[in-house]
Amino acid sequence: MYVIDRRLNPSGKSLPNRQRFLRRAGKILREAVRNLSSSRPIREIGDAGVVIIPARGIEEPSFHTGGDGAHSRVLPGNKEFLEGDRIARQSGSGSGRGKGSGSNAGGGGGGEDEFKVALSAEEFLNLFLEDLELPDLERRKLSLTDSTGLRRAGYQRGGSPANLALTRTMRNALSRRMALKRPKPEEIERARQAATDAELGDDEEQSEALRAELEALELRTRSIPYIDPIDIRYRRFEPSPRPIAQAVMFCVMDVSGSMTEHMKDIAKRFFMLLYVFLERRYKQVEIVFIRHTDEAREVDEKTFFESRETGGTRVSSALKETLRIIEERYPVADWNIYIAQASDGDNESGDSEKSLALMREGLLPLSQYFAYLEVDEPHSDSPMSTLWKTYAHLDPGPTMRRVTSRQEIYPVFRELFKRRADAEASS
Amino acid sequence: MSALLFEGADWSFDTIQRIHDRVEEIALGEMKLEVYPNQIEIITAEQMLDGYAASGMPINYSHWSFGKRFVQHEGHYRKGFQDLAYEIVINSSPCISYVMEGNTALMQTLVIAHAAFGHNHFFRNNTLFKEWTDATGILDYLQFAKTYIAHCEETYGERAVESLLDAAHALMSHGVHRSPRRRKTDFRTEQARAAERRAHDEKIYNELWQTLPAGMPKTVMRSPEERLADLLELPQENILYFLEKTAPRLAPWQRELLRIVRLLAQYFHPQRQTKVMNEGTATYVHYKIMNRLHECGNITDGAFLEFLGSHTNVVFQPGFDDRRFGAINPYALGFAMMTDLERICVKPTEEDRDWFPQLAGCNDPVNALKDIWANYRDESFISQFLSPRVMRDWRMFQLVDDPKEPTLRVEAIHDERGYRRLRRAFAREYDLGHTDPQIEVVSVDLEGDRRLILQHSVRDGRLLAGRDAGEVLGYLADLWGYPVLLREVDEHGNGLREHTAEPRQRSA
Repeated sequence: MYVIDRRLNPSGKSLPNRQRFLRRAGKILREAVRNLSSSRPIREIGDAGVVIIPARGIEEPSFHTGGDGAHSRVLPGNKEFLEGDRIARQSGSGSGRGKGSGSNAGGGGGGEDEFKVALSAEEFLNLFLEDLELPDLERRKLSLTDSTGLRRAGYQRGGSPANLALTRTMRNALSRRMALKRPKPEEIERARQAATDAELGDDEEQSEALRAELEALELRTRSIPYIDPIDIRYRRFEPSPRPIAQAVMFCVMDVSGSMTEHMKDIAKRFFMLLYVFLERRYKQVEIVFIRHTDEAREVDEKTFFESRETGGTRVSSALKETLRIIEERYPVADWNIYIAQASDGDNESGDSEKSLALMREGLLPLSQYFAYLEVDEPHSDSPMSTLWKTYAHLDPGPTMRRVTSRQEIYPVFRELFKRRADAEASS
Repeated sequence: MSALLFEGADWSFDTIQRIHDRVEEIALGEMKLEVYPNQIEIITAEQMLDGYAASGMPINYSHWSFGKRFVQHEGHYRKGFQDLAYEIVINSSPCISYVMEGNTALMQTLVIAHAAFGHNHFFRNNTLFKEWTDATGILDYLQFAKTYIAHCEETYGERAVESLLDAAHALMSHGVHRSPRRRKTDFRTEQARAAERRAHDEKIYNELWQTLPAGMPKTVMRSPEERLADLLELPQENILYFLEKTAPRLAPWQRELLRIVRLLAQYFHPQRQTKVMNEGTATYVHYKIMNRLHECGNITDGAFLEFLGSHTNVVFQPGFDDRRFGAINPYALGFAMMTDLERICVKPTEEDRDWFPQLAGCNDPVNALKDIWANYRDESFISQFLSPRVMRDWRMFQLVDDPKEPTLRVEAIHDERGYRRLRRAFAREYDLGHTDPQIEVVSVDLEGDRRLILQHSVRDGRLLAGRDAGEVLGYLADLWGYPVLLREVDEHGNGLREHTAEPRQRSA
């Protein structure tokens, strides 16, 4: 008999198969992830989690009998039945019983209709992005406002003593001493010892020769210094643009009565995408939610999406609030500012001029990116909205798109960023 | 002999060795079991999950369905819905038993008695396993399969291999030979027989016979259908075998993959037919051994109580109206039947003498049971050895659900009139020939569009589940390369329903 300890064998033997399963279940899994992500707060979009998928899509079919025909089953635990008793069918139990005896063993654990899959954060996000067919987004370069900083860039011969590169200097000195064959202290010591020994002896000539040798060595030591000015190096610094590692994202949304749940859902998806996108790019991403009717207020996420208000619509109030928060909390030198605005496009007449001014002088120059998303009910072809027409006056203006259904979000998102990237390439 | 094997719950490799040696003394020395050499492997919970996913085998080829099983078990396990089994045992030589590191010393003893001796004896001696599985070769074969399939994936692409395996898995339940068939003659004996025939011809040669007038040419009139059936070995119940040998459009590697799936299906086939017996044997053996250990003072009273606790859980059978009822627990049924047979051998009643004259009072339960373990499968075991006593104890009854009647009908209960009918009906539930739909390849339309024709012999009006049947047939058509027709035919030969499928466009 052998006892073998397998505990130390490499674990994760099933992981490749698990990956294959995820790939196989891809479509329904993506759907499940999409449903789950709509119920998650924006910030938790990329967290690990358990998704539930219907078992129907990943079945392994086999030939087996269905519920038709006569079935017989022997059961334990009879208490009262006698031969020939009739028992009324419970609704649905007839076919269910029959299925138990002949159903496929591979189907999984007796009539289970759904299937829970625990996904890691990365898997979840990949599926989320895959659903939006967002493959190359990370690779696309975003323009950044950079603050300049100093960056180490090699060595130089001159500089302030504070920047003395000691190691490099000593290395140069050492190699110079070796190249010029500067005698080592031990060598001199040995020569001196030999000279003294010879002096004590009686061979005058040899003593003389040794003494001369010693002197030659000492002379050489003096003429080749331990450290020479040519060895000295200083650390060199170069001014270089430094990417700002933090970004703030403003979600601005019109919450007046004309915005339906559907429109808010579209807006939420867009905000989510932007968040995912920024999060992969920056170390830290803050989100500010500003909602407005005829006046604007900064709120938390729950209120932002869920509570409803009545009132008119004055866009300039939200723009002003955004500007105020930027000036107060997010200095442009330290923060990349992204603004995404979602609205159904209604705006009070008379507000246009004010909005235009705020945009032109305030927000557009300050922000990295200003996206205006106009949301609408599916299949509606309402004419150009007030806000759209207003923003169209701006040049350079915000990137604008009109979206009426969830499926359009990603293409729009990509286009918004693509245009930006192209513009950059051409400039 | 009365030394304690262990104290407390902790164990070490020495403990395991000691336990194994003592259990072996009892199993081989006293019960005279015959087993394959044992190999006990200690694994973690995670490795146990891996084991579940790969149908218990230590190595297996890659396929998403194993990943699916893994995700399923993992989910259940994480949420605490499901405890892991304490062991997995593999029908191989040496017989590998996996035991979990988290088991207590007592559990390890139980597992060794149950798996390393109970299951092991059954694997080695049951005629189905002897006839259909090659215990010494299985691990090597799996290694080959894994490497071969990985190689195919590299050469022909993961997708191509995956779709072929999907198709093969769908047909796996119909990829076994259910009854032993004529062995293939190998070429050496074939040559010898040809030489013998020639020698015989030469010996009886006589010129004289040449002078006889030639009679009418003797041709056997055979219809083209018969010739075709002979040529293709029709009707054929092993669909995967049929495809492997005759599907016109498969590449050699595809045939090899079908063969791998088919051989594995065949390897697992005896296990499907002997669930009750296999588990019953192992449970009976561990019960005997643990009692013996306790009698000999090898385990403490406390440990024995722990054993009784988990043993009781294992053989628990809730009644049909209990919320926990799912199906008949094979451990419970096997154990109940075997302990009852032991009772019949030792202390028979009048009833037992009527029902089991050959066993009652023979006083040698171990040999009687060993004979049963060797020669029966679930269906025959139940139909011969389910005693009235067990039926009464379990309060069994037969319920018939016939859609032609407005209500369910209690067909038989555990009384004098019902025992035999009850037993017959119960045994049929364990007959795969009865529960699995019987589907055969019956013909190929060679003169027309090469349509493959299959037939499902419907019993009791139980048609195939349409949706699944359609999907499987689609896979079948992919493999065959031409259209496929499946006829469902009742006992009188009336066609009930037809399914057809066309091959989907495939690159291969």
